[in-house]
Formats: sequence, structure tokens, C-alpha cells
Amino acid sequence: MNKMRLEFLSRSDNERFARTVAAAFMLELDPTVEQLSEVKTAISEAVTNAVIHGYDGSEGIIVLEGTLDKNAVKFSVIDRGIGIRDIEKAREPLYSGKPEMERSGMGFTIMEAFMDSIEVESAPGKGTRVTMTKTVEAEDEG
Amino acid sequence: MELSVIGKYKLLVARLYGELDHHGAGEIREAIDRELMRRGVRNLAMDFTNMGFMDSSGLGLVMGRYKKVSAIGGRLIVCGMNNNIRRIFQMCGLQRIAIVADSLEEGMEELDK
Ligand SMILES: Nc1ncnc2c1ncn2[C@@H]1O[C@H](COP(=O)(O)OP(=O)(O)OP(=O)(O)O)[C@@H](O)[C@H]1O
Ligand SMILES: [Mg+2]
Repeated sequence: MNKMRLEFLSRSDNERFARTVAAAFMLELDPTVEQLSEVKTAISEAVTNAVIHGYDGSEGIIVLEGTLDKNAVKFSVIDRGIGIRDIEKAREPLYSGKPEMERSGMGFTIMEAFMDSIEVESAPGKGTRVTMTKTVEAEDEG
Repeated sequence: MELSVIGKYKLLVARLYGELDHHGAGEIREAIDRELMRRGVRNLAMDFTNMGFMDSSGLGLVMGRYKKVSAIGGRLIVCGMNNNIRRIFQMCGLQRIAIVADSLEEGMEELDK
């Protein structure tokens, strides 16, 4: 069992910082390049959402938490920004609250496809917490 | 990013490098759109051969450029993606609207057809 917690400012250059830290944290599970890249993408989606939707470009704190347990990893991305009014709608493929910014509304869909599970907790005016898990099976064939 | 023009195909080629996320997407968008206007081409190729990482910000960038070139009667080639990037594009059906190819050469052959 291992745990980590990282706090950083909601700046766009921290998107890369956060996904790199997440990937480094899970290295002891011996993931494949493919699995690492899936986790990096999912973390990048959640952190980017916190930067552009949660804080809408203004400055705030984003928290990344990670837990390793046996062969599973769990990450949470937390902001104290504007929150999501209709979570179900937000998670629909192609739904974006900011289509004018060339967002395609695929962030949550990508997180779902690349991780085993995703849970979204949010309240308007309070903020958002996205929790994702992934199991890294030991490769026994080939 | 490296931009060049292949006159024979009225094609602007954008070779992308490194990692494509929200942080870098704006600058790439501006550079491509500026060259599209300036060079008077109508087709655009985005080459991902040297791109190791992309998230939905890249998807937005590519879909936005697709709208731009189709508005001027041109076509979009997207090529050289790794597995992960290819999967992200497939999620929104890019292969139905753009020329998706393994290499730039292969993509340009489609323009001939
Ligand atoms: N942390 C957040 N705070 C507030 N709103 C959010 C947050 N995350 C997501 N949303 C809302 O959910 C919508 C859908 O998010 P999603 O990531 O699927 O799409 P997008 O960010 O709009 O586009 P893309 O991720 O494809 O660039 C967002 O447009 C936004 O309205
Ligand atoms: Mg998003």
C-alpha cells in the first residue's frame, strides 16, 4: 500500500506535471507503456477540466491524490471551482459546456475508456472530485 | 511544430512534436490557421509521427481544423498516430470525415483519388 498527495496551481503547464507524476507513482506496478499512456491521458483530462471549467482560467488549487493497493491504482483529481450542475449530462459523449473553445466534449468518455472505473462527485459553487481506478494485471502470456 | 507546403497538392503539412495538450494547443492552432490563410492552400495534413502524447485538446484542435479546411473545399489528412492517439480519434469517428493514414505519403495518395 502506498499513498501520495500533490497540490498545484491551476495553470495549464501543470497539466503535464500532474500526468507525469501520476505515471511515475504507479511505476512500481510495472505497467505496460500502453497502460501508462492510458493513465496519463485520463489524468490529463481531469486536470484540464479543473483548469478550464472548474476555475475557468482563474487561479485556484488542484489536488491530485493517488493510492496504490496490490495491483490497483486509484487517483482523485479535486478542485474547489464552480462545480457541475448536471453530472449525467456532463458525462455524455460530445457534451461540452465550452464548445466555442474548440472542446469536443470527449474528456469524460476518454477517462471511461482508458480507466476501469470513474466516479464524479460535484456540487455547484463547491467544486468537483473525479476518482478513477485501474487494475494492472501481471502479464502471464508472452 | 514544422510547417511546409507541397504545392502540387495545395497541401499544408504540419509536423507535430512532443506532447499535445491544452497548454500547447492554442499556439499550434494559431500557427496553422495563419499559414492556411497566408499560403492560399486548401488541404491540410497533420502528422503525428513524432507526437508521443495527446488528450482531448488535440481532438478539439483536429476537429476545428477539419471545419476550417472543409469550409474552403479542402480535405484533412491525419497520419502517423500511435495506438493511444488513434483510439482517441476513433472515439469521435474521425476516420469517417478525414483521411486517416499510417504515413503522409499514403494520405497524399488518397488526395489523388
Ligand atoms: N472540474 C470541472 N468543473 C466544472 N465543470 C466541469 C468539470 N469537469 C467537467 N465539467 C463540465 O463537464 C463538461 C464535459 O467535460 P468533458 O471533459 O467531457 O468535455 P470538455 O472538457 O467540454 O471537452 P474535451 O474534454 O473534449 O476537450 C465540460 O464541458 C464542463 O461543462
Ligand atoms: Mg475535458
